[in-house]
Amino acid sequence: MEQVFARPKCMSKTPFHYCPGCDHGVVHRLVGECLDELEVGDKAIGVAPVGCSVFAYDYFAFDFNQAAHGRAPAVATGIKRVRPDHIVFTYQGDGDLAAIGTAEIVHAANRGEKITVIFINNAIYGMTGGQMAPTTLIGMKTATSPYGRDAQLCGHPIRVSELLATLEAPVYVTRVAVNTPANLMKAKKALKNAFRLQKEGKGFSFVEVVSICPTNWGKSPVDAHKWLAEKMLPVFPLGTYKDSTGIENS
Amino acid sequence: MADKVLMKGNEAIGEAAVLAGCRYYFGYPITPQSELPAYLARRLPEVEGVFLQAESEIAAINMVYGAASAGARVMTSSSSPGVSLKQEGISYIAGAEMPCVIVNVVRGGPGLGNISPAQSDYWQATRGGGHGDYRTLVLAPNSVQEMADMTRHAFELADRFRNPVLVLSDGILGQMMEPVLLPEPATYDINQKPWALGTTAPRKGGRNLCSTIFLDVELLEEHNWHLYQKYQVITDEFAKGSLKHMAVETHEVEDAEIVLVGYGIISRILKTVVEKCRKRGIKAGLVRPKCLWPFPSQVLADLAAKTKQFLVVEMSCGQMVEDVKLAVDGKKPVYFFGRTGGTVPSDFEILNEVDKLVRPD
Amino acid sequence: MSAEVERIILAGFGGQGILFLGKVLAEVGMRCGKHVSWIPSYGPEMRGGTANCTVIISEHPIASPLVTVPDTVIAMNRPSVAKFNVRIKAGGMLMYNSSLIERQEFRDDIRLVEIPASEIADELGNARVANLVMAGAYAKFSKLVTYDEMVKALPNLLPAGKKELAEVNLAAFERGYQFVKEKKYMFGRYVYSVFKGL
Repeated sequence: MEQVFARPKCMSKTPFHYCPGCDHGVVHRLVGECLDELEVGDKAIGVAPVGCSVFAYDYFAFDFNQAAHGRAPAVATGIKRVRPDHIVFTYQGDGDLAAIGTAEIVHAANRGEKITVIFINNAIYGMTGGQMAPTTLIGMKTATSPYGRDAQLCGHPIRVSELLATLEAPVYVTRVAVNTPANLMKAKKALKNAFRLQKEGKGFSFVEVVSICPTNWGKSPVDAHKWLAEKMLPVFPLGTYKDSTGIENS
Repeated sequence: MADKVLMKGNEAIGEAAVLAGCRYYFGYPITPQSELPAYLARRLPEVEGVFLQAESEIAAINMVYGAASAGARVMTSSSSPGVSLKQEGISYIAGAEMPCVIVNVVRGGPGLGNISPAQSDYWQATRGGGHGDYRTLVLAPNSVQEMADMTRHAFELADRFRNPVLVLSDGILGQMMEPVLLPEPATYDINQKPWALGTTAPRKGGRNLCSTIFLDVELLEEHNWHLYQKYQVITDEFAKGSLKHMAVETHEVEDAEIVLVGYGIISRILKTVVEKCRKRGIKAGLVRPKCLWPFPSQVLADLAAKTKQFLVVEMSCGQMVEDVKLAVDGKKPVYFFGRTGGTVPSDFEILNEVDKLVRPD
Repeated sequence: MSAEVERIILAGFGGQGILFLGKVLAEVGMRCGKHVSWIPSYGPEMRGGTANCTVIISEHPIASPLVTVPDTVIAMNRPSVAKFNVRIKAGGMLMYNSSLIERQEFRDDIRLVEIPASEIADELGNARVANLVMAGAYAKFSKLVTYDEMVKALPNLLPAGKKELAEVNLAAFERGYQFVKEKKYMFGRYVYSVFKGL
């Protein structure tokens, strides 16, 4: 019988620890598939964040660095400068990247570090137990915004892709989701574009994945994906914000 | 033999780093260490290295973490407030056992303080500074020659023990010029460490991981004891092993009735004080720790049996004096004289203190 | 002047080339086979409109590179005299730029050497070489740095972009040296007594 689906070669056999329905596992697999298809699985070095994906290194078979909270782009900078022939990527959540690590992501992008950043935006801190993130929607209730996020008190959700797209150096900035099969296929294409650009030495590539957190949102995975489409996508519109090399049209 | 060159201390560190095979520097501007990044910004591209001015001290130390994990000899430098910011990264680097060299050209604190020379970061340097059960080696040069030599050694020590090594300097040593005989160049290859990320060196099996997380309490305890045992090895090497020559310098202590203790630039002033004391018939000696962690406790403990008293002199309100007291262990009185806030004590005022102790009436 | 060690504090306005003058003395001392150290101003000394540095040239290894009581102060402007005059060792020397510092009641237990460094530099067409005039004057007094080494070293000490200034720097050095050699400078108690007599 023909095998039509298998674990990507660059991934390990460790079962995911993520909550049922979580998008992390899906995005991990897409990363693995893209690296395999580009034949760079043996040349990849990942940088894990602090957050739910702190153990991302467990699920890949290649070298990994586990960075401090928010510092993954700086750590990746150090690695890539020493190993320019490797494919170096960070995998970060919204607290890690858009709060404590704001300086690191903005400046790594602005320097045009030849790395790829995968940004999981699910509008909440997962690992620490559902606190308000910089991307939490207005009115959204979390452990630290029990009355709903108040713009007067906490400001508005940060749109990181739009922000980074204003910079000169990044070559590719795009926002995707994995909530439907169609979106998932687009997300995979975006990830592959991002890694291909790095492989070709083109520059900084950034893929934001609007994701769910069923556990901390207090929703079933199905409801969570519905909520994502209804509430999150209007605030975080999918699309490509920067594509200097025109890779999406090539 | 190569000629000596007249160099600033900060520049000597920069050149010695290059000679040690360091090809990566990540830092952020702060006075009074600016000559060092300026030197390396010019020098590293000449040897196909990377000088990168980071967006913050925090980013810089994390770039160091990344570069060290990828197998490079890498350095960062800063001055007191900047080194405070680096502590998070230093804790990770120590926990992950990554080798690197960190230079602190100490200035007056706390807070923004001032840009004048000080020794008020002794505790931060020797106690760890960041969170967790860890140690960093701390070398304390007292001349421009030693700024070069100790920086060169720092890279060797960092690799040998897979540990961050701190070079603790101050604004005077950084800015002063003295003749330097530059150390011999090292040959270094980023692929010589089998544990490094992306290395082509033969691995022990599977992939390489650089991490500090051990959620399982038993694993973290095991890791911490492993680190502790490594620190014990380092301590022994400095106390009685192959690194003994790098631990401490003594001067005129054999018959000393009063032993002065100081490190860094202060030890130079104390040497003048000892000479002046001897001319006046006061039997003074000097103990100068060259390495602050591990601390040369045994040398002081041995002297406690012979001498009458100790006088510790620092450019702080008294930090290293605690280590001296621990070493002397109450056997003889340990006195302290300090100037702080960027003030450097003169030989005359120290001499005056010695006089008061030796001739109490 | 001691034949074994020379402790010098050099001071003046920022821009008068004080740090460079100190560097020249230290560099030449090193080339003469002596131990040397050079330290720019530190601590409270940094206040008050003077740039200064400390140079030690010694036959023996230098213990403290810091100098409380200098053998010589080379002063290029008035605030420098005010600041460092009192610290000079009894029997030491105050060498000052008499183009910018008027005669006044100095201590009478030190040698006073009056060099019109700025005027000489102006005569040479470059006001910025007054520091080298002082280097020349000092070289005549020094027991540890030699004229020959100084002349040999000078062209190499100029920064890469300023090599065309070698000639005027050497000329300034020569003028300072000759000025002292021909004893044109005002010396010691003479200055003091001139003041007293006024």
